[in-house]
Amino acid sequence: MSVITTAVLTAAEQESADYSQLALLTIFVLSVFLGFEVISKVSAILHTPLMSGANAIHGIVLVGAILVTANATHTLELVIGTLAIVLSAINLVGGFVVTDRMLEMFKSKPTDAKTEAGSDK
Amino acid sequence: MNETPLWVQLANLVAAVLFILTLKGLSHPKTARRGVMLGALGAAIATFVVFFSGIPTDNLILILVAVLIGSAIGLYAARRVAMTQMPQMVALFNGVGGGAAALVSVIEFLENPESSAIILAATVFTVVVGSVSFSGSIVTFLKLQELITTRPVIIPLGKYVTILVAAATLAGAVWLVIAPATWLLVALLVLALIFGVLFVLPVGGADVPIVISLLNAFTGLSVAAGGYVLGNVLLIVAGTLVGASGTMLTRLMAEAMGRPLTGTLFGAFSATASGPAGAVDDRPVRTGTANDVAIMLGYASKVILVPGYGLAVAQAQGTLRELADTLTEKGIQVDYAIHPVAGRMPGHMNVLLAEANVPYEQLKEMDEINPEFGEADVALVVGANDVVNPAAKTDSTAPIYGMPILDVNAAKQVVFLKRSMRPGFAGIQNELLFDPKTTLLFGDAKDSLGGVVTSVKDL
Repeated sequence: MSVITTAVLTAAEQESADYSQLALLTIFVLSVFLGFEVISKVSAILHTPLMSGANAIHGIVLVGAILVTANATHTLELVIGTLAIVLSAINLVGGFVVTDRMLEMFKSKPTDAKTEAGSDK
Repeated sequence: MNETPLWVQLANLVAAVLFILTLKGLSHPKTARRGVMLGALGAAIATFVVFFSGIPTDNLILILVAVLIGSAIGLYAARRVAMTQMPQMVALFNGVGGGAAALVSVIEFLENPESSAIILAATVFTVVVGSVSFSGSIVTFLKLQELITTRPVIIPLGKYVTILVAAATLAGAVWLVIAPATWLLVALLVLALIFGVLFVLPVGGADVPIVISLLNAFTGLSVAAGGYVLGNVLLIVAGTLVGASGTMLTRLMAEAMGRPLTGTLFGAFSATASGPAGAVDDRPVRTGTANDVAIMLGYASKVILVPGYGLAVAQAQGTLRELADTLTEKGIQVDYAIHPVAGRMPGHMNVLLAEANVPYEQLKEMDEINPEFGEADVALVVGANDVVNPAAKTDSTAPIYGMPILDVNAAKQVVFLKRSMRPGFAGIQNELLFDPKTTLLFGDAKDSLGGVVTSVKDL
């Protein structure tokens, strides 16, 4: 995409490029609203797991890291790319595992029917 | 990205939908775990199909090895971390994610330096915001791990330095879009790293969870902008979702804690030295033995337990539960009062007590329990301090002023189990400790509680 500069694009190509930019922008704006909507009501107990889960999701930048490293041509780019892959994989894998561990604590346990034994109050 | 096969793009769409379902699931206790499973599945799908998207295969081995190493580190760290240290782990994961997003955009810039202005703007945004998130998260990690002071750090003239760095970053960002140059991008990266540190240093202990949440949203937005640079729809959707929901969550948290968000955000720009800095207090306090405390508890009819972070650090949740069970058997009404930010983060204490099998019904949230303190004979505070500090209501210069607290001082008697007179995470003294109706029992929470349990059983 970069090789073809805007100047040499034909009118049709320019239109198509504009269109795809607009499509990406549309996706972005709709995602903003979706992100607000999807968690508008959540109890305080779940704040930490929710933050942690969202934290795991942005680890998907791993896909971007893999893409740029695959296309890397110079050693420097390779080194930075490899570092980015390692960091984002830590974010992605660690994020999901740690969230699951938190939620494991909440799983409904068989309540051992502890009724108040005392009589006098 | 036009050469990406259709089925790969469809798989990415599936992954994006799974991420939405993850956030939706995480909003309700019943569906939360399933939500995380769906998210992990989405991430696995997206990572798998990227290898079939027509990428050059020259660096394939290196990439696979890097993925494996990163996954192994993440897995190991997440498995090993103690529940008490969960918040700093999340901060660290968030930081490395932000760093990765910044690096991805740096490489993309090195490969294609002559992009359109809008792509350059997105590149700069990713690099700057990702770097702020990286260095900021590292500082929050250091604060939570108590490797550096948890009190707000005020650098002399820090306000002006922060403003200067922010202005330089902004000017550099605009300049880079006009005249792209590698050295400028590197300079921006460094400036953003410095800004991240300056941004988080003045934040006091009580506000750290809010900052983690905010930096989490930052990383999300950074990833979204990175997706724009790469023309990758999945990154845009996932990053934006996290950015938007993270912003929302930050607001919800700030509300739950009664903290004005602007105060947290612009602390770096308005920070002034706070009042008496940890003045050594040698006023007399009333101390008691485990037996004294046991007698107070044993002859009460209503006891409210206030667990704090110190309880979890001493791994005394089980012993506290034993005490609650013993008292309940004697016919004493026992409740746990859970402050929204007991522990280090919203909901953290619920996780820690759930780990010790404390029945969920006995946990009462702040709004529910506060009116009951007046009827309580004893409020037993174990390893908590800031969340019961009346200074939050009475002292407008206190860093925690305005934070809702548990009204422990309304109880007829107050017992603090503490390790020492050291102040809490916010670093301020608690007047309640010197109150005539307060009794202190010093020592490790687990040992103290154990002693109290034994004495109560002997009554």
